[in-house]
Amino acid sequence: MNQSLPPAALNSLRSGPTDRGRFGAYGGRFVAETLMPLVLAVEQAYAEAKVDPEFQADLKSHLTHYVGRPSPLWFAKRLTERLGGAKVYFKRDELNHTGSHKANNCMGQILLARRMGKTRIIAETGAGQHGVATATMCALFGLPCTVYMGATDVERQAPNVFRMKLLGAEVKAVTSGAGTLKDAMNEAMRDWVANVEDTFYIIGTVAGPHPYPMMVRDFQSVIGEEAKVQMREAEGRLPDVCVACIGGGSNAMGLFHPFLDDSSVRLIGVEAGGHGIETGQHAASLTGGRPGVLHGNRTYLLQDDDGQIIEAHSISAGLDYPGIGPEHSWLHDIGRVEYVSATDNEALAAFQLCTQTEGIIPALEPAHALAYVTKLAPTMDKDKIILMNLCGRGDKDIATVAAHLGMKL
Amino acid sequence: MSRISARFAKLRAEGRGALIPFVEAWDPDGPTSMALLRGMPAAGADLIEIGIPFTDPMADGPIIQAAARRALLAGVKLRFVLDMVRAFRLEDADTPIILMGYLNPILSYGVQKFCEDSAKAGVDGFIIVDLPTEEADLMLPHTNANGLDFIRLIAPTTDDQRLPHVLNGSSGFVYYVSITGITGTRSASSSDLAAAIPRVRKVTDLPIAIGFGVRTPAQAAEASRVADAAVVASALIETMAGNLDADGKAKPGTVEKILAQVRALADGVRGKGAAA
Repeated sequence: MNQSLPPAALNSLRSGPTDRGRFGAYGGRFVAETLMPLVLAVEQAYAEAKVDPEFQADLKSHLTHYVGRPSPLWFAKRLTERLGGAKVYFKRDELNHTGSHKANNCMGQILLARRMGKTRIIAETGAGQHGVATATMCALFGLPCTVYMGATDVERQAPNVFRMKLLGAEVKAVTSGAGTLKDAMNEAMRDWVANVEDTFYIIGTVAGPHPYPMMVRDFQSVIGEEAKVQMREAEGRLPDVCVACIGGGSNAMGLFHPFLDDSSVRLIGVEAGGHGIETGQHAASLTGGRPGVLHGNRTYLLQDDDGQIIEAHSISAGLDYPGIGPEHSWLHDIGRVEYVSATDNEALAAFQLCTQTEGIIPALEPAHALAYVTKLAPTMDKDKIILMNLCGRGDKDIATVAAHLGMKL
Repeated sequence: MSRISARFAKLRAEGRGALIPFVEAWDPDGPTSMALLRGMPAAGADLIEIGIPFTDPMADGPIIQAAARRALLAGVKLRFVLDMVRAFRLEDADTPIILMGYLNPILSYGVQKFCEDSAKAGVDGFIIVDLPTEEADLMLPHTNANGLDFIRLIAPTTDDQRLPHVLNGSSGFVYYVSITGITGTRSASSSDLAAAIPRVRKVTDLPIAIGFGVRTPAQAAEASRVADAAVVASALIETMAGNLDADGKAKPGTVEKILAQVRALADGVRGKGAAA
């Protein structure tokens, strides 16, 4: 497949997508005609905002003073000693306002929505982290907000549902399908198609029709850009490995993208292995899926032989999605990023390890990344460095974890 | 001349518009939907749309979502949809059949093979909801090579500047999505349609069908009068959904009930012919 990169950018892996929104064979704009003009309008507005110093200054100011960036880089000393190998650093995006990396993207998109004159915001959410971040920005700017959330997730992420309601958002429980993130995204797109005049759809991950995968990646790349500077300050060099968990893949893309052209840095994405890849009950689209089209983009999907989408499974609502951002699909195919998986149980063990050794309760999503770090670090020399994105905090997950550990709250 | 062009030419000579009823393949099972499909021409269907079930029908409201779910539960496969068309063609060589659905099952089947097999089965055209003009080059070479119409969707959001781009190289007919929204939710007003259709006519000579929100014989009559055809889907599927037993099987007489509804819609469309 022709990658169609502009000639000047042939030596960079960071120049995608093409003007058709393609990363290699992936991405694109597979939406109904009703939405197509809106998608094109978002693309144009973002292209203008991206090069507008005023927009960028406004974004930076809000990220600094409201979201709380830069997030710290933390050397996890006790964890490193416990694992007995490579030094483990955490990029602490769980310390952002609202408790996850989702705030980076929501702030960017809501500033764009305001610039476009949109007066109503919608979003989908899985774990509720994106929903909470969106509801927060809507409260900040006084915009009405509707968040679509699968009914299953409404139940298992009750604290986030309450937070969204406190923030003034309307939370709509979606009962179609398995009642998880995929179904929430379907319903958000149906809302968008019915409210084209006034509504901006803040997609929470690096998926959806072009320009969303690119735009969300750009807004999240602040993670990797900061981390690069911070690593140089802390160690005088780049890390040997970057690790991040992947549902749709926004925190991973945010960490990886600034490192794509640094060939000395291994990049590893950790998908949700659920009950184990071999059981078929997982959310590992790259490991267990094949390319197809859903939610506006061509990418790896969990699907049956007839092209019907299969429900994903993960203990983590934020990773419980049968697709993955198209740029990840491309990076997988060209081999620049390695994609592995961690099971529910491995994530639970890592969740407890992090809590006990570092005094940080991680969300179940980055607990998947940490689960892989606990396997990888002991195989590496002590002078090697692993940088992991600790993309969310775990307060929202304590009920789920308690239930799995057989404890009553 | 393609079946679609021939049918619209014939109707134009009769001075009336077309009724295009929709049947979701395998809702609630293969034999019932096949009986419905078979009965539609005699009930007054001028063209027929067959829905390809998909797990994630993003442009559809709860009624068609539920129909797709029933069909998938019944075990429908994309090749079974083609089997239906093949069986239909044994009895009816003239009524155009259009398959409507989403891209992923077709990608999974293989685009080229699907177009070849569709043409052989007797399909006349496709409406692929999530394949806009910007991505249509994925399919166009294969629809063209197999004499199939790739029917374009036009929405209220498609502005005058974009219209020629969307309709460039289109064939068969043009499907006007009459509302901004999903299927089976609300209907366009007469004044909306009266303003929208001439806007599309300026850009194309192809017949125009109005879909989304056409439910009653009166609405079908109006749509086929303002444009050239009326597509009715959710209203028919609602009748199916309301006549299922506890096991999800169609109660006796359900197919006849839906066909009676098609007949009433067809009378509405033909009433226009009588008045003209």
